[in-house]
Amino acid sequence: METVFSAKAWATVWQYRATFLNGLMNTLGSAVVGLLIAMVIGFALGLMATGSRKGLRVIARVYVEFFQNTPLILQVCFLYYALAYSGVKITVVMIGFISLGLYHGAYVAEVVRAGIQSIPMGQFDAARSQGFDYVDTMRHIILPQTIKIILPPMVNQMVALIKNTSCLYIIGGADLIATTYNFVTGASTGGAYGPAYLVGGALFFCVCYPLSMMAGRWEQKLKARDRIKPEQTDDGAKEAAV
Amino acid sequence: MIKLNNVHKRFGHLEVLKGIDLTVPKGEKLVIIGPSGSGKSTLIRCMNGLEEVTSGEVYIDGKLMTHKTRAALNRQYSSMVFQQFNLYPHLTVMENLTLAPMKLKKVSREEAEALAMENLRRVGLAQKAQVYPTTLSGGQQQRIAIARSLTMKNPVIYFDEPTSALDPEMVQEVLDIMIELGHDDVTMVVVTHEMGFAREVADHVVFCDGGYILEQGTPEHFFTNPEHERTRAFLSKILR
Repeated sequence: METVFSAKAWATVWQYRATFLNGLMNTLGSAVVGLLIAMVIGFALGLMATGSRKGLRVIARVYVEFFQNTPLILQVCFLYYALAYSGVKITVVMIGFISLGLYHGAYVAEVVRAGIQSIPMGQFDAARSQGFDYVDTMRHIILPQTIKIILPPMVNQMVALIKNTSCLYIIGGADLIATTYNFVTGASTGGAYGPAYLVGGALFFCVCYPLSMMAGRWEQKLKARDRIKPEQTDDGAKEAAV
Repeated sequence: MIKLNNVHKRFGHLEVLKGIDLTVPKGEKLVIIGPSGSGKSTLIRCMNGLEEVTSGEVYIDGKLMTHKTRAALNRQYSSMVFQQFNLYPHLTVMENLTLAPMKLKKVSREEAEALAMENLRRVGLAQKAQVYPTTLSGGQQQRIAIARSLTMKNPVIYFDEPTSALDPEMVQEVLDIMIELGHDDVTMVVVTHEMGFAREVADHVVFCDGGYILEQGTPEHFFTNPEHERTRAFLSKILR
């Protein structure tokens, strides 16, 4: 076995660099498709949670609590074995998409709910007083205002999703962690533990850090904009005087 | 135009309206006054269905206001000006005015914008058409809100304490527009503490207290010879 940080181990990793990049691409693919599913589920549940129908609110609550309070890795395993044993033909990649989507859907739902609830009641009143029904109120007035607020936490969800693709490794997914694991235990490539995991980690970091930074900046900008008081300017005074 | 029939409104255990009967004829300028907590804001919000009545009925032009008919009735009959303006912050002033006519009344963009411009001129803010509402002063925002309600071209406008959130020096610019509106044939229902406005514009004044309409009549009746002790006490405080 090699010394973990030997030059030879690094050389092996470099030789197989395409494998790592491929693993990263798979991870990003799962994350993107997972996020799309999570957004659909999250917006549906978020709207249910803020609506006036009690039955729908309860369903949304139960869903969120269930998925937030059990480990993702358990959900992945359950889905894999339950589906495999019930004879459903489904690829590991598909299971990855679905389990990530279901799990993060619960978090996106909370983000959407909080976003909608942060819009002042007066906005709903104004829309209703003009004769907008529920769907049009949401579409033209509430959601356009909500989206700006929820973009930063949404990017944070993306980061969490990218990292959580690592759970797919338990079912032999094609994600970056599984790639790294296969590499360090492989017959021809095995042994380069240190360099391989460092490279895997660096790849995760290179994708996640810019996203986190972007979300942070975005949030700061929104906060700064909120601090700007509407100018009670000379402008207004002048007009009043005219 | 508007008819309330034994309207009760309860929030949990608190009964805010305890049986309101009221008729507002077409074109009337009705002013609702009363101490805070008397139910006057709830009353006006029941008229356009922002609050659902617990019992009793609200009719607009003979049609029953319910959770289901609210959107259609408001679209066709009424607009509202709020204490907190409630302009849409993600839209420009022009878009604030044209959104509902274009989406709900299927008015063309050109037509909606022309009408909006006319109303912006009327409130003296045509030059602000392309700015966002948060860049404007409270008085300007409220004038925009009035222009928005006019652009719906509906026969009724509700005003829920339209000057209460304004800095004192901005109250008059809003009142002036409302007084000018008083010459139109639009039906106005106004919850306010501005007695000068009531005196100048109102055809009819209603005094609310404790969830009841305690007294109603012409402004002359109210300001010269109120019947109830409670009304007199309230007016003496507010008129100073």
